[in-house]
Amino acid sequence: MHPAFSVIFLTTLIGAGQGLFLALYTGQVYNTFGVVGDAAPSSLYIAGTFLVLVLMGLGLFASFFHLGRPERAWRAATKWKTSWLAREVIVLPAFSGMAFIWGALHYFNIDPVLVTTGTVDISLSLVVGLLAGLLALLLYLCTGMIYAAIKFIQEWASPLTVINYTLLGLASGFSLAAALAAWFGSSLTNAYAGWTLVFTLVGFGTRMFSLYRNGRIKRKSTACTAIGVRHPKIRQISQGAMGGSFNTREFFHHKSPQFVQTVKVFFLITVFIVPITLVVIGWSNHLFTLLAAAALVQYVGLLAERWFFFAQANHPQNLYYQAT
Amino acid sequence: MTQLALVIDLNVCVGCSACVTSCKEWNTSGESGGGMSDKNPYGKDPTGTFFNRVQTFEVGEYPKVETVHFPKSCLHCEDPPCVPVCPTGASYKRKEDGIVLVDYDKCIGCKYCSWACPYGAREIDEKQKVMKKCTLCVDRIYDMSLPEERRKPSCVLACPTSARLFGDVHDPDSEVSTAIAERGGYQLMPEWGTRPSNHYLPRRKTKAHVTEEALHRIDNPLKKEEQRTPVSSDLPTLDDFLF
Repeated sequence: MHPAFSVIFLTTLIGAGQGLFLALYTGQVYNTFGVVGDAAPSSLYIAGTFLVLVLMGLGLFASFFHLGRPERAWRAATKWKTSWLAREVIVLPAFSGMAFIWGALHYFNIDPVLVTTGTVDISLSLVVGLLAGLLALLLYLCTGMIYAAIKFIQEWASPLTVINYTLLGLASGFSLAAALAAWFGSSLTNAYAGWTLVFTLVGFGTRMFSLYRNGRIKRKSTACTAIGVRHPKIRQISQGAMGGSFNTREFFHHKSPQFVQTVKVFFLITVFIVPITLVVIGWSNHLFTLLAAAALVQYVGLLAERWFFFAQANHPQNLYYQAT
Repeated sequence: MTQLALVIDLNVCVGCSACVTSCKEWNTSGESGGGMSDKNPYGKDPTGTFFNRVQTFEVGEYPKVETVHFPKSCLHCEDPPCVPVCPTGASYKRKEDGIVLVDYDKCIGCKYCSWACPYGAREIDEKQKVMKKCTLCVDRIYDMSLPEERRKPSCVLACPTSARLFGDVHDPDSEVSTAIAERGGYQLMPEWGTRPSNHYLPRRKTKAHVTEEALHRIDNPLKKEEQRTPVSSDLPTLDDFLF
């Protein structure tokens, strides 16, 4: 498939945004239940929510470049009963809105206690945050399922697609949260850095497993089933267009195998190895710069990871365009 | 229930691309749909939108090789994977005749349906920025101002070898159903369960069994009875009498 930069930015930006929000909310839950000693400054939540909204906004902005007719984008919410894309279009603003309310509750310091057990106060923002957190997880599912639901793109048609989108989004969000917490000098830095390592390492495992799986795919469609001629030797000599067509542009990455291989090695280093190293050093020495560098490197790596995700997918329609 | 479809006979298709040009002509100059735009049509890298393309495949290895011309357009699947993925409902399958269509006024050009089509039948129109595909000439097949025999898709009428048949594949007595049943009509990529309505008729080996006996009737009874005198050079020939 052709890796479109609009979709690469959309999925990585909103993935990081959702992960960052889930990190912020994890912090609030920790504070509420007394897992972390001192309460985090509400400025961390406010600045964090602002960053979440910026990431979601940028992602949404990038997605418009993928559309031929962006002015009709509102129509994309209508077929949510069948289309995962429509579901994403609904859940994305729903999550952003809920995250905004959560941030606003902290900003205006409106946080009435709804239920109290004496030791633990369940406040309004905790409930709003829970809803936003669930929407964030739902959004990971929607984004992943857009790709996993296309059964004949065999590289994508696997639960691993959803798992990787979720874990890598969480990793990038939590690494951002670790840097943010370090900036505000919050004790949540430890928890965030720990979770960053967990998500990055587990994500490394699942992404490697999907690479292993995708390297060994047995193609269901062959040139024989594509044109219905049973013969082991079928060669295409004309594809119905001389100067290329939509089919040769949209479904091919037009890069050399060496380039694709380089991107794979690059993303394995920049999404997993470098951030893990930086987080470990930055965490143990409480260095904001290293934690920020980890988040930045990981985001750049995720851009490459997403590029590779698209480039690796081999659409069965390519059987009709073998000469490309 | 009606399911209109094309049946394409690969045995007689000669790859002349008359179906491609007639399709382009009808759907570009028609009143509906805004045409099929071309980019750089007379330049170095001509490209454009087509609903139908003829591709050519070489099957086998020289000298035992066959050239298969393969016209490819939307197959109007009975279970079209491109329809449920559309977020706007612009892509739909008509209940009354099974044609899969795109509402150009609703399409946002997200290209998701083209990803969800294993056949690569959908192409985006670079000018209108909406997804386009074969409509089975829906603006023509119901046009009552045309004589009945002309109410067929443009490609079917243009084919000089009658390689393209058009009709209802759910009607067991229709021309297309008979052709599928009698001549081994098949669907493309059956492994995905899309159940394409368009069928292809396979190539057939047409062999004439010509034996030696058929050319020279050695058992010719006339020749059997004949007692021919051997020709001798000593005898006078016709030339000797004339000159």
